[in-house]
Amino acid sequence: MLEFRKDLFADERDDNLNVIGKGEQRQDMLGHVTGRTRFFDDHGFGGLLHLKVVRSPHHHARIRSIDVSAAERAAGVKRVIRGQDVPLNKNTLLSLIGFGKDDEPTLAVDKVRYKGEPIVAIIADSDAEAMAAAKLVRVSYDPLPTVFDVQEALKPGAVVVNETYPGNYFEYHEKYDHQKLRFGDVEAAFRTADHVLEERYQMSPIEHASTETNGTIAAPETNNRYVVHSCAQGLFFSLGTTAKILALESNRLHFIGGTVGGGFGGKVDSLTEPLAVLGAILTGRPVRYVLGREEEMQFGSPRGAERHVIKDGVMRDGRIVARQITSYFDAGAYTRLTSYGVVKCVAHMPGPYTIPNVRGDAYCVFTNRVPATAMRGFGVTGVDFSIEVQMDKLAHLVGIDPMEFRILNAYRDGDMKAHRRVAHNTALIECVQVAAQKVNWPLSETARRASSLSGGGGPRAAIPPTVTDESGRIGRPETRQAPPQLAPGAAAPLPAYQSPPAVPIYQLPPAHQPGAPLPNHPSQPAAVAPPPAPIPPVPNPPATPQHGAARFSSVFTRRR
Amino acid sequence: MARHQGRGMASINYPIGMNLGGDPSQALVHANPDGKFTVALSAIDLGQGMKQVSRQIAAETLGVPIEDVYVDTADSDTGPHDMGSFASRGTHRVGNAVIVAAKEARGVLLEAAAEELEVNADDLVTDGKGNIHVRGAASKSITVKAASQAAQFKQGKTIAGRGIFLIPLSNVSPETGEMSPVTAYAHACLVVDLEVCDETGDVKVNKMTSAYELGRALNPKMVEQQLVGGAWMGMSHALYETPEPYYPNPEHGGRDYNEYLMPGPGDIAPHDITVLERPAPDGPFGGKGPGEMCANPVLPAVANAIFNAIGVRIDTLPITPEKILRALKAQGGARPQVRRA
Repeated sequence: MLEFRKDLFADERDDNLNVIGKGEQRQDMLGHVTGRTRFFDDHGFGGLLHLKVVRSPHHHARIRSIDVSAAERAAGVKRVIRGQDVPLNKNTLLSLIGFGKDDEPTLAVDKVRYKGEPIVAIIADSDAEAMAAAKLVRVSYDPLPTVFDVQEALKPGAVVVNETYPGNYFEYHEKYDHQKLRFGDVEAAFRTADHVLEERYQMSPIEHASTETNGTIAAPETNNRYVVHSCAQGLFFSLGTTAKILALESNRLHFIGGTVGGGFGGKVDSLTEPLAVLGAILTGRPVRYVLGREEEMQFGSPRGAERHVIKDGVMRDGRIVARQITSYFDAGAYTRLTSYGVVKCVAHMPGPYTIPNVRGDAYCVFTNRVPATAMRGFGVTGVDFSIEVQMDKLAHLVGIDPMEFRILNAYRDGDMKAHRRVAHNTALIECVQVAAQKVNWPLSETARRASSLSGGGGPRAAIPPTVTDESGRIGRPETRQAPPQLAPGAAAPLPAYQSPPAVPIYQLPPAHQPGAPLPNHPSQPAAVAPPPAPIPPVPNPPATPQHGAARFSSVFTRRR
Repeated sequence: MARHQGRGMASINYPIGMNLGGDPSQALVHANPDGKFTVALSAIDLGQGMKQVSRQIAAETLGVPIEDVYVDTADSDTGPHDMGSFASRGTHRVGNAVIVAAKEARGVLLEAAAEELEVNADDLVTDGKGNIHVRGAASKSITVKAASQAAQFKQGKTIAGRGIFLIPLSNVSPETGEMSPVTAYAHACLVVDLEVCDETGDVKVNKMTSAYELGRALNPKMVEQQLVGGAWMGMSHALYETPEPYYPNPEHGGRDYNEYLMPGPGDIAPHDITVLERPAPDGPFGGKGPGEMCANPVLPAVANAIFNAIGVRIDTLPITPEKILRALKAQGGARPQVRRA
């Protein structure tokens, strides 16, 4: 059931449009519902070959030897591909936009870093023959110790998962082991808050579970090019990745796609395109590489796990005066896109609320699991879960109705956000009001009259004097507890506590029943750690040569 | 042994698009000699409706009937560059590129019509039904088809347009995180009504009620499709899904849909949706994008409703019956909170 509230924000719209706003049937609908739409796997080719990979049974192991002789002699086998056959056997997806170092082989050579990592590819006349030959590949391993917990992986002396990032963290700005967000002074605000609540939240990995699994059909064309039927969510992104790994000019690849059987983020990684095209190059025949359902579920990249530790300072009247979020993103064994999910998470802190003091520290951590990737709500779903459960707990703690509590703290037009941009076009308050009305959830007169259009800005638009710090210098885990300092440019010495932003006077709704104290979550006194001694600056590590197009990155200061 | 009713809510916002290396999309629009238009893209239709939303945006901008526009995507030889279909960027970025391209093509179309009608192109309007006429004088008109044929065979004009929309790169401060992540945000508030069985730990979601602010809803049916399906996914994330049920233990991952549980048709709750439209100042006709965000509020709303029902907090997703039973045991039984229904 869907209805519109056209009365809200009506003066910001012209509703007299011709086609926009009409529920027209999709141009592709008839094809979809009659089963005639052609997806990547609906392209037939004479002489089609099939590719399957041999995957690591170990979470972490050194490869002693690989023997493909029996597989090469097996029935139907046309070609066996190993790491040394891949022109550029080390890549990172976001190198196309100059973000991060190449850290992932197409086929593992000396070491496997997660269970399911591809080592050898077999191309045969049929799927069955390729799978049978894969079983004949003899790989000898020396198993290595593993690390699966993000906070364990960050400890000094932890098992090194990915030698490109020896601290098991992605390196931000070639300077820090995480991405920071600093706005105001949370420590000072915690000291003056009526309640401080610190809680830990965990989201486990999630599989995209699209109807169509990842796959590619690549075929030589007569003009020295290759046609590639792809399921990619980013056509040129996958084309660029394939061209880089295979050391081809981009115009030798002709990608066709655009009609995809579900993605949700699971088809951004180019899991199959490079090997399928390489197979077509090496055999001169069309090659199909499609993940089976079990492969997709076990070894296709999932949404990565996230851990968020949220510490809030809240006043008795319900105003949140400080929020600190420490986030750990489990990238698995290779970067793929997790490095960016972290940045997106930091930009999202502290949620859609105006809080005068915010601190965020978000880590992209390497562990011995299947590399994670983007998924619907990337960088946001996990922290939103954490923030909104935390909001419920805070409302309970101060004895305020949870909807009233949201409206009280909601951001409004004109407010300064923690990433230092002014909010505009906001509508959180109206969403809460409409949802409350629909379910007959009683709201106070104050909450019913609140508006995103008024009450924001003014003192709420100010950027507070902000403490910054040198915590988390690359290679210096002991600096994770570094002393704060006043940010350059902040004029005044830090006051002990900044007045909270002006908000409309809040009145408790008459029907409210304050809940019992939280059984397992007593409010905690603000713990103030003694500041450790200052540390000398650390020189940046030497630059590593990078492949791929030289473009711009939002997080790497070095331009390539 | 009882089933406890609970109600919980959550409110969220969601960023439209991404900030990584700049965020561009391109579009090309051209007419055949009969005034039928093709929009060439490399954007990906994952089932979300990328083709259709581009089609409506193009038809609206060109001022022609929707039947006169088809979208061709994605062939790297013919479709111009686009970053891809992710980050809720499709409608906003591609849609804006389509508007730029369609405006240019419309400009040529009106010039061709003006030449035929011997009037100034600035005085011409389209009726959205395939006709072009002088503003305020409907009788002084020419069909889009006739104007296009004249352009092709008589005037030698190309009715075509190129469009790009680029959100430029915004550097991220290493010290403070200062950045311009995106330019538009969508909003939502969602209420979940559910019941929890204190004997089995089973959670049954009975109803979802939501308010979504998405900018202008460019196609309400496709918005509904996203919001209904997204909430289903949100339920699944909250209560069912993970390949690592004992994370960080990496074992016990499902191998197929029998082992990897998701809600079945009988588990899906009715969803009462209200849509608010506060147009994004830089969105295509004010559109933002409901794609990703519609799963997000369901997860915390379910967790908060479970607390409301039985008084336990499960802070680890997914909230399985095992976790509920263990938490109930630790608490010494259910402690229903204040009823809100």
